[in-house]
Amino acid sequence: MPEVAMKVFRGDSSGGEFVDYTVDADEGQVVLDVIHTIQATQASDLAVRWNCKAGKCGSCSAEVNGLPKLMCMTRVNSFRPGEPITVAPIKTFPLIKDLVTDVSFNYGVAKEIPAFRPRPPEADGRYRMMQEDIERGQEFRKCIECFLCQNVCHVIRDHPDNKPRFYGPRFFVRLAELEMHPLDTEDRTELIRKAAGIGMCNITKCCTEVCPEDIHITDNAIIPLKERVADRFYDPFRWIFGKLRA
Amino acid sequence: MPEYETHDFDVVVVGAGGAGLRAAIEASARGARTALVCKSLLGKAHTVMAEGGIAAAMGNVYPEDNWQVHFRDTMRGGKMLNNWRMAQLHAQEAPERVYELERWGALFDRTKDGLILQRPFGGHRYDRLAHVGDRTGLEMIRTLQQHAVHKGIDVFMECAISRLLKDGDRISGALGYWRESGRLILFRAKAVVLATGGVGRAFAVTSNSWEYTGDGHALAYWAGADLIDMEFVQFHPTGMVWPPSVRGILVTEGVRGDGGTLRNSEGERFMFRYIPEYFRVETAEAEEEADRWYEDKVNNRRTPDLLPRDEVARAINSEVKAGRGSPHGGVYLDIATRRPAEYIRRRLPSMFHQFKQLADVDITTTQMEVGPTMHYIMGGVRVDPDTAAATVPGLFAAGECAGGMHGANRLGGNSLSDLLVFGLRAGAGAAEYTNGLSNAPAVNAAEAEAIARDMLVPFERKGDESPYALQHQLQETMHNLVGIIRTEGELQRALVDIRELKERAERTGVEGNRQYNPGWHLAMDLRAMLSISEAIALAAIERKESRGAHTRDDYPETSRDWGRFNIAVRIGANGEPTIAREPLPEMPSELRALVEQEVKIGA
Ligand SMILES: Cc1cc2nc3c(=O)[nH]c(=O)nc-3n(C[C@H](O)[C@H](O)[C@H](O)COP(=O)(O)OP(=O)(O)OC[C@H]3O[C@@H](n4cnc5c(N)ncnc54)[C@H](O)[C@@H]3O)c2cc1C
Ligand code: SF4
Ligand code: SF4
Ligand code: FES
Repeated sequence: MPEVAMKVFRGDSSGGEFVDYTVDADEGQVVLDVIHTIQATQASDLAVRWNCKAGKCGSCSAEVNGLPKLMCMTRVNSFRPGEPITVAPIKTFPLIKDLVTDVSFNYGVAKEIPAFRPRPPEADGRYRMMQEDIERGQEFRKCIECFLCQNVCHVIRDHPDNKPRFYGPRFFVRLAELEMHPLDTEDRTELIRKAAGIGMCNITKCCTEVCPEDIHITDNAIIPLKERVADRFYDPFRWIFGKLRA
Repeated sequence: MPEYETHDFDVVVVGAGGAGLRAAIEASARGARTALVCKSLLGKAHTVMAEGGIAAAMGNVYPEDNWQVHFRDTMRGGKMLNNWRMAQLHAQEAPERVYELERWGALFDRTKDGLILQRPFGGHRYDRLAHVGDRTGLEMIRTLQQHAVHKGIDVFMECAISRLLKDGDRISGALGYWRESGRLILFRAKAVVLATGGVGRAFAVTSNSWEYTGDGHALAYWAGADLIDMEFVQFHPTGMVWPPSVRGILVTEGVRGDGGTLRNSEGERFMFRYIPEYFRVETAEAEEEADRWYEDKVNNRRTPDLLPRDEVARAINSEVKAGRGSPHGGVYLDIATRRPAEYIRRRLPSMFHQFKQLADVDITTTQMEVGPTMHYIMGGVRVDPDTAAATVPGLFAAGECAGGMHGANRLGGNSLSDLLVFGLRAGAGAAEYTNGLSNAPAVNAAEAEAIARDMLVPFERKGDESPYALQHQLQETMHNLVGIIRTEGELQRALVDIRELKERAERTGVEGNRQYNPGWHLAMDLRAMLSISEAIALAAIERKESRGAHTRDDYPETSRDWGRFNIAVRIGANGEPTIAREPLPEMPSELRALVEQEVKIGA
């Protein structure tokens, strides 16, 4: 079994450092496997979040060699052999311990977004929607809430004090999904403009680049939302017409 | 004396997967002050991983479908050991629960007429699974989560419940800990709903997440409730087998539903040789008929690739044993030669992604290697079908940790529907129960304190036993001795191993402090896993026949006599597990007629 050298961040809110571990890695292993081996053999209290180990739950986000990644989908052999692999917690959210951060900010934002409000069903009690009309929404609903996009967005990564005024890319995706839902009747335009702070996004596309679900966050969610807000501002009638037509 | 914080609620729901979320929404809607407690962050529960779909006889693709056919398929799939009333309620109410998700924002794939599309799955007569590509569980959990967030439910995330408390014979609360800080937390509650899922982490090869340590099963069992059908553990026929690090990760049945077929190393579609008598009249015997079935389910019989999971898992096991397996000890699952690449990528995007990223395999050009993986436990807390009440007053259970619904084998897609139907019923049952209480139960402080002290014991022991090593050994024991094919001798050896591990678990010590300490968390999860593994082994020893997912090499026949009983495990006076045979409830004759009806092929 080949050995891998790992540098894993250990510490808590009061500080910490990278600790070196050398571990045997089986063929095909992912970074999360190696972290588990460290836990089982060298550091039983090494804190890490994970659930599915299949890229489906979005729990295991970290910065691997500086790149925001799901640890369970990052193969060890994708790095150059012999060089140490560095694993650090995501930076935008406060550290709890080792690789675990406090992501409660996101759950707070989720609460602020007004719920889905469907139009009444058709006479037979059913809703009919065409596949092509829901595909955009389905793209957004692939989101596994890994918060990697939140992590790389410079608006909050470099300026934590923006957090109360900026929902972040994950929630622009959520808002876009609601706005483009064929059945939804709620009006969130003012919220998108103001509380969500969409104006602060300057379309750097860093969020899109890291999304493990390949959601086109900037092109498909943020830009249409920006346009909607602008349209509404200049031409409220056109907006209402658009909403009714959908 | 250890310190703990205290909270008061009418209903505490333990678990925030599909069942727990639906239960909490219902309890809260009925006016109960409701807490929702979960070990992970909200939205990460196991339900998020479900792929194929939700079974509900909506008849959107085949108008011939209705609850009676769904009921029949479920009972036959469960080899008639299911609680008939649960199977009936489930088949009748599942469609409305799916439509409810749509009203709450879910975006299911559509038929050409714009209705919810349904896909075929193992053991289901017609296309029945509402789905979103192969990420249906994500759609379900997100919809419920986003709905629940606005309903005034108090959510306690990364908070694990370790024990239930009782006042006399009634439930009075629950004690647990915050994972983040390690601080202890006491819930005073009139009712507790368990919705904690399964126990896959006790097995070496599993599709299940770390949370699946049988906590709800164990909480109920320790509190004196009955567990039933614990011998029935489902091995899903198609888990990944290579590379080793992904062994067990699920390959959805949707691959076969969408046209994939199983082949052995000789390229043979071997399932045609494994059609059991019980399913012969409804299964295609020739490849041509099987292939026509995908397009026309009224005039053709189902491909044997989609026999119920127990049949397929055993067949794969036999092929591998006969030396016709793939290089890494599985068989081949081929969709590449049978469907266009574009179709595969659209219908099975996460399978495509999963194989590409984790195994360097392109499933649109190459066959997958697959083999059985521990997937689901049919056994669970014995409940009243209508209210989901356990045998201990104030205790309710729903979802995977409840037993009865699926009998000896669960059909794919019947879990997600089960979560919704019985999640709602458990939430309602718990709320109604608390309304009917004349005096609230009280928490016994001494009992709470004793439990709290016990939870912290591993910190005081500088024990030589590592919880990780013990879990690993348990997984090997369960995999090797309590697996797909069982014998008396092996099961008895397993029992000896489990009991020895139980003793060693009493000596585990943990390093570090209480803050987010996975070693300590595992030491506590291990207690549940060991108790439940013991219950599984005991029930498996007791049932001396082969039925559904329980295959005994030493008792290969399905016996009429054993078909009259469920096996119950409950805790005895001295804390030891005891076994009882419980007669199956009598099924009304009109339902019996449904189940015994011969299938008619063609109009
Ligand atoms: C890969 C995969 C694919 C699947 N696909 C399908 C499918 O297509 N169709 C289908 O019908 N079924 C499918 N299943 C099965 C189905 O997903 C599960 O049976 C179902 O999701 C279980 O839901 P649940 O609500 O019972 O529990 P879960 O969703 O597992 O939730 C359990 C909850 O309990 C919490 N919990 C556990 N212990 C404690 C504790 N001690 N204290 C506090 N909280 C606790 C957890 O944190 C979690 O929130 C699949 C399963 C797997 C593994
Ligand atoms: S595109 Fe906008 S939201 Fe995305 S990272 Fe850049 S600034 Fe942030
Ligand atoms: S949008 Fe993509 S990157 Fe952002 S949370 Fe969702 S899945 Fe993660
Ligand atoms: S553990 Fe679920 S995404 Fe990595």
